[in-house]
Amino acid sequence: MGKTLAEKILSQKSGSDARAGDIVIAKVDLVFAQDTTGPLTVRQFQASGFKRLANPQQIALFRDHAAPSPNSGLSNDHIILHQFARQTGCLIYAIGEGICHQIVAESLAKPGDVIIGADSHTVTAGGLGAFATGMGSTDTAIAFGLGKTWLQVPQSIKIVVSGNFPEGVGAKDLILHLIGQIGADGATYKALEFGGNTVDNMSMSPRFTIANMAVEAGAKVGLFAADKTTQQYLDSQGRSNHYQPVASDADAAYAQTISIDAANLEPTVSQPHTVDNIALARELKGTKVQQVVIGTCTNGRLDDLAIAADILKGKKTHHETRLIVVPASRQVMLEAITDGYIQTLIEAGAVILPPGCGPCLGLHQGVLGDVESCLSTANRNFKGRMGNPNAFIYLGSPATAAASTITGEITDPREVM
Amino acid sequence: MLTGRAFKFGDNISTDHITPGRLAHLRSNLPELAKHVMEDTDPTFASRVKAGDFIVAGNNFGLGSSREHAPLVIKMAGVRAILAKSVARIFFRNAINVGLPVLICDTTLIDDGDELEVDLAAGTVKDKTNGKQLTFSKIPEVMLRIFNEGGLIPYIQKYGDFKL
Ligand code: SF4
Repeated sequence: MGKTLAEKILSQKSGSDARAGDIVIAKVDLVFAQDTTGPLTVRQFQASGFKRLANPQQIALFRDHAAPSPNSGLSNDHIILHQFARQTGCLIYAIGEGICHQIVAESLAKPGDVIIGADSHTVTAGGLGAFATGMGSTDTAIAFGLGKTWLQVPQSIKIVVSGNFPEGVGAKDLILHLIGQIGADGATYKALEFGGNTVDNMSMSPRFTIANMAVEAGAKVGLFAADKTTQQYLDSQGRSNHYQPVASDADAAYAQTISIDAANLEPTVSQPHTVDNIALARELKGTKVQQVVIGTCTNGRLDDLAIAADILKGKKTHHETRLIVVPASRQVMLEAITDGYIQTLIEAGAVILPPGCGPCLGLHQGVLGDVESCLSTANRNFKGRMGNPNAFIYLGSPATAAASTITGEITDPREVM
Repeated sequence: MLTGRAFKFGDNISTDHITPGRLAHLRSNLPELAKHVMEDTDPTFASRVKAGDFIVAGNNFGLGSSREHAPLVIKMAGVRAILAKSVARIFFRNAINVGLPVLICDTTLIDDGDELEVDLAAGTVKDKTNGKQLTFSKIPEVMLRIFNEGGLIPYIQKYGDFKL
């Protein structure tokens, strides 16, 4: 019997014949934490009695969630990370370099890796064919010290996507649709493995968008094969030597297979307060939004900003709606400046924030007021997520976000394109 | 035997409900952060919960972020165990790692305020208010071993490595 992507990678990294349900101890290729989980990781590492990191070059710390820090508590947490990096020699990324998951994708993750991060959206690197999963600070601290972790090999759900997306519809609509279908716990403990001709033809950025949100269905990991597109991406990042092909076997066993015809999808939105509370954008016409956010580890990449700039070119944001744009990394921001997207967005009325998490988790840079509604390209809309439990968060694609910015209400992007 | 009151919650209580991102500046000050536990879903919870009480929830408890501060502040508030119909993966692992048991059972029969008696070894919950008895699923073997040592840090201190 052949193997799923999850079984293949975990077999390789555990040196065993790993099958769904097995418990394995896997070597980790990269372990990381960010500024809201990293300080506890550091404390747990020290409490465990470790004297040094298993491999400093495979451990990274990021200052991205509070970037720049809005208060002394978080500034002090940044100091903890800085000092730990100085003492141990691990990698550390500065404010303004971007969101951990985007930097991991651009610079660190390789196909076939096992990656654990003290952040649930570590699954993003699954887009590159890495078994990447989020864990808490203690698991992460132990992996800092041991260079390995224990994992139960997940069963996999195969998602087969075929057909072409209609205009104005893309990866975000696909993953929101899927989560709506299977529910916020529809893949708990499982791996999602994406395939089919739509996926084969997809560039890396939409793969990251989809992998990123696997955790919103409860999945341990969201995996893509590493193919020609992956190779080209790594080449373009100056990391040709990081490529290796990774694919599942044709006779691998899946817990379930779900087929989706991309041609049937429409612009899709999550409504408050759970990600699986799905509606079509056109069904929410008339829902006013006071804030629109384009960015985050889900949709803050160059192609996302390009889609938004394209829709907003020569247009203005609605006078009662503010638009906040947050490039996911410094690389994205620089390219968006070169390509003119930033200028277009500013001319349309956008506020541009430095690369980082921005207002996504409610600690700064765009906290919502009472009874305000926001349409965000992020991945979560839990009550209170953007800093105010009396506010409402809708999630949608960059196209839907840009269109809604113009009208001041949730809008199917095809209406303004 | 653990005894205490049930604080009942619904489905999909996320880590943002337990300890929201806007309080991230308190994460290096856990006693202070614990004063806000569950604030965005029940602002009165922190002042009412007593040492030994239980959180009783529906499906998918603890979904969302990997913040281990969520089970930590629940434990610091005095909660002895979480009873839920199902639990999100990262939260489950985090809770066990910090020594907070999560017991999977059909919580439908338990009402808010009921007096509960939990027997961890026997795997049973007795609702003393309505007389009903429940059994909870066994914690997976590997996690049980970590839990029995008091959490992942004492486990690693004792064995120096994962011993599966
Ligand atoms: S952008 Fe949002 S979801 Fe992504 S890592 Fe930052 S806070 Fe988390």
